[in-house]
Amino acid sequence: MVDYFLAHILSFAIWTPIAAGIVVLATANAKAPNATRWLSLIGSVIAFLATLPLYTEFNFANGGFQFQEGFSWIPAFNINYHLGVDGIAVPLILLTSFTTIIVIIAAWEVIEKRVSQYMASFLIMSGLMIGVFSTLDAILYYVFWEAMLIPMFLVIGIWGGPNRVYATIKFFLYTLLGSLLMLVAFIYLFLKTGSFEIIDYYNFPMALNVQILIFLAFFAAFAVKIPMWPVHTWLPDAHVEAPTGGSVVLAAIALKLGGYSFLRFAMPIAPDAAHYLSGFMITLSLIAIVYIALVALVQKDMKKLIAYSSISHMGFVTLGFFIFNHLGLEGAVVQMISHGFISAAMFLCVGVLYDRVHSRQIEAYGGVANTMPMLAGFVVLFAMANSGLPGTSGFVGEFMVILGAIQVNFWYAFLASFTLIFGAAYTLWMVKRVFYGDIANEQVAALKDLNKREFLILAILAILVLALGIYPQPLTEITNASVTQLLSHLAQSKLPAGL
Amino acid sequence: MENIRYDLITALPEIWVLCMAMIVLIADLFLKQKNRIVIYGLALFTLLGAAFITAYTHAPGAGSAFTGMFIDDSLADVLKLMIYLGTAIIFVYSRQYLQLRNMFRGEFYALVLFAMVGMMIMVSGGSMLSLYVGLELLSLSMYALVALDRDNAQATEAAMKYFVLGALASGMLLYGMSMIYGMTGALNIADINASLLAAGRMHPVLTLGLVFVVAGLAFKLGAVPFQMWVPDVYQGSPTAMTMLIGSVPKLAAFAFVIRMLVQALPTLVIDWQQMLLFMAVLSIFVGNITAIAQTNIKRMLAYSTISHIGFLLFGLMSASGNGFVFSMFYLASYVLMTLAAFGMILLLSRKGFEAEELTDFKGLNQRSPWYAFLMLIVMFSMAGVPPTLGFYAKFSVLQAALQAGFIWYVVFAVVMACIGAFYYLRVVKLMYFDEPTDVSPIKAPLDMRIIISVNALALLVIGLMPAKLMDICIYAISQSLS
Repeated sequence: MVDYFLAHILSFAIWTPIAAGIVVLATANAKAPNATRWLSLIGSVIAFLATLPLYTEFNFANGGFQFQEGFSWIPAFNINYHLGVDGIAVPLILLTSFTTIIVIIAAWEVIEKRVSQYMASFLIMSGLMIGVFSTLDAILYYVFWEAMLIPMFLVIGIWGGPNRVYATIKFFLYTLLGSLLMLVAFIYLFLKTGSFEIIDYYNFPMALNVQILIFLAFFAAFAVKIPMWPVHTWLPDAHVEAPTGGSVVLAAIALKLGGYSFLRFAMPIAPDAAHYLSGFMITLSLIAIVYIALVALVQKDMKKLIAYSSISHMGFVTLGFFIFNHLGLEGAVVQMISHGFISAAMFLCVGVLYDRVHSRQIEAYGGVANTMPMLAGFVVLFAMANSGLPGTSGFVGEFMVILGAIQVNFWYAFLASFTLIFGAAYTLWMVKRVFYGDIANEQVAALKDLNKREFLILAILAILVLALGIYPQPLTEITNASVTQLLSHLAQSKLPAGL
Repeated sequence: MENIRYDLITALPEIWVLCMAMIVLIADLFLKQKNRIVIYGLALFTLLGAAFITAYTHAPGAGSAFTGMFIDDSLADVLKLMIYLGTAIIFVYSRQYLQLRNMFRGEFYALVLFAMVGMMIMVSGGSMLSLYVGLELLSLSMYALVALDRDNAQATEAAMKYFVLGALASGMLLYGMSMIYGMTGALNIADINASLLAAGRMHPVLTLGLVFVVAGLAFKLGAVPFQMWVPDVYQGSPTAMTMLIGSVPKLAAFAFVIRMLVQALPTLVIDWQQMLLFMAVLSIFVGNITAIAQTNIKRMLAYSTISHIGFLLFGLMSASGNGFVFSMFYLASYVLMTLAAFGMILLLSRKGFEAEELTDFKGLNQRSPWYAFLMLIVMFSMAGVPPTLGFYAKFSVLQAALQAGFIWYVVFAVVMACIGAFYYLRVVKLMYFDEPTDVSPIKAPLDMRIIISVNALALLVIGLMPAKLMDICIYAISQSLS
């Protein structure tokens, strides 16, 4: 029994939340929303527990793919149901299943209409995203990657803000177009290698011009998802209109799908193109870090500000990828996880305010700390983490990336470190305007502080942010071997001999 | 004597359906309106019987009867089974709709069965003559079906357009066939091919004949630039007839294309490949762009059909064994999706109310979460989003085209598919994001509710496990084309 579970642990990780989502939908009863809520919570907790052995049973010294399982799925195309994870995927899977619990608790009494559909959307989405992180077959990966759009499309569209239809269709079409180009690249690789196995692509030599086209096709898919400047414009719209849970999942996990996929596909499959285009990628990353941070500074909408802050922070991730050293790459992975916690927490804090006042505008608030001291305390902590204060998880990743960048080029590091100033500026300025000063209006005066449920989720996230900031070793340990292996793969040219 | 017996047995499914169609016609005379349900049962029984005969007499490989006029190969048998299934679904979906509109009469069932005989002959056509006769039997029955509700001015107009343009297309087809006959001296498909192989050199008249044949076929398929009739006929016809026009006859047309282009004229592949490529690109472009502007869902589905036909031609024009398999797969998925989509429109229609505007789908999620979910699957499948069947369909034809080296055309098709996703998403948006304006309960007979659920869920289930359907298509093509 235990052996069977461990042999198919990835399948369990993927299908448990999806099955839970289907059960929630099937047993839905509009008159008893509480039953639905508890059922969803239990489902998400079980799904989270099912992913835990991925960490405890993981062989830290092995940088390759572990927990592999599979069978032939569509023989006509040689498509396999092939799963397997390395040290980079495992933390992201844990982040996904953990965030799902947070989202479900956060939605507890906030979501009143169509509760079962909301909860089921997130459970199913969670399974699909875990699927993205754990497949080793290109088409299976593509199926999860695209299927994940459907619940997100519905979440933003049904429970979103006033401009939700525009935002959600933009989100869907932007992502779809990029992904379809990636699909063309997959088919091309299949015709050349006769396989959809990612591992076969790793060892397949290609001329530089082919690699560049392949890389750009992947770039179209992943850069939109991350999102990198200048294809980021869907994100602020989607974030602003999405319900809190949607924003949390988008920021904490969906963006990481893009980052992870760069490491899994674009870079190892086309390493020479990655090196060739690294200047381009680094430039885009630095523009995101500096320019988008300045854009964030002038936002009037809190959610939009955090959205831009996310883009800026994800710029660190791509910068870390394309400087091709151990410190940078590992820092980028840490940054992905840490940003998952921090952005989730920030959106949840804004969600708490929005639920009470129904406004996301900064100017609608002022002096909230007087009426909501507990929330103010949390927000200050997360704001510090967001601006990269030492001792919080935000610092670790950014510091590692900057150190890595110095080894490559001083000016990269110089420009990147601007974020520590701008990040602090836009985050803390927002906190100052919203939370401090005199009480702005009657609505703020009437605010009630955090209830137990809200306190619980923010406290968990606060502990994680601090823990990862002070002691990041459990994370770096698991990624270490995989990062080393990835870098050594990237260092080898895949150009055909004689060119 | 032996030969005639063999011939008759080979054509037994056609003979059976033909006889049953006549029995339906006669039995109808003796039935009162309240007993007319017997005809419905009889029609379904006919399909069941035909399926049984086809499956029972099926043998792998290719056989021919009536001195080569009639081909009985795996492709024909598999397509026939698909046609029976599709027609049975049409019967189930349309029953309530017809009853409420005073069209629930024996003529409908007899005409559909006659149309089906036409399709079966097309599928099995071994000579240009039998192909043409099958096509005409199909077309004439369809014209009559569209005009079945004779007091409906809109439907009569649609029937008129359909007839005039359809007749024009048939004329072109026949003209092209006469040129091919003139150049080769053969009517049978195998003889045409043999004659062309022996001749070695191609005469320009042959190419001219090919142009006319392709144009005629494109008319029937509804590919750009021969698509003008499609939107008007789709919108004007009663929805049950639109569902019929848009679904199973495409299977027969596919067989027609395979017989005519692939089996009879493979030597002209360079020529017809260019033509199909041209039409594929235009169809995908025009279909997807124009569909965005539609407010009538039947018209939108008409343009969506045009773009689907474009994708189908992508597979065909790859002119490889794989390409034919994948376009057949595409077509099978297309038929399933179309049936489900029109089934949904029929489901929402009631007495005196046609749910044919996009806005009629508003707030469906609140009226019935289950049907909204089914329509959601259908729409995402049409858009080609995994894990639905539509994704594998698009994936496989694009793969065939890429294999044939048309990389930039594939990129173009992909961009167009993304634009196309918009109008499917709009239906989802109306169902899920908007409040309902129409709150009347959705009533449907049990058989329809079950079949439409199975039909739409099949898009998801086959999407998760497409291997079986793919194997069937591979079997049909590989056994029939060497």
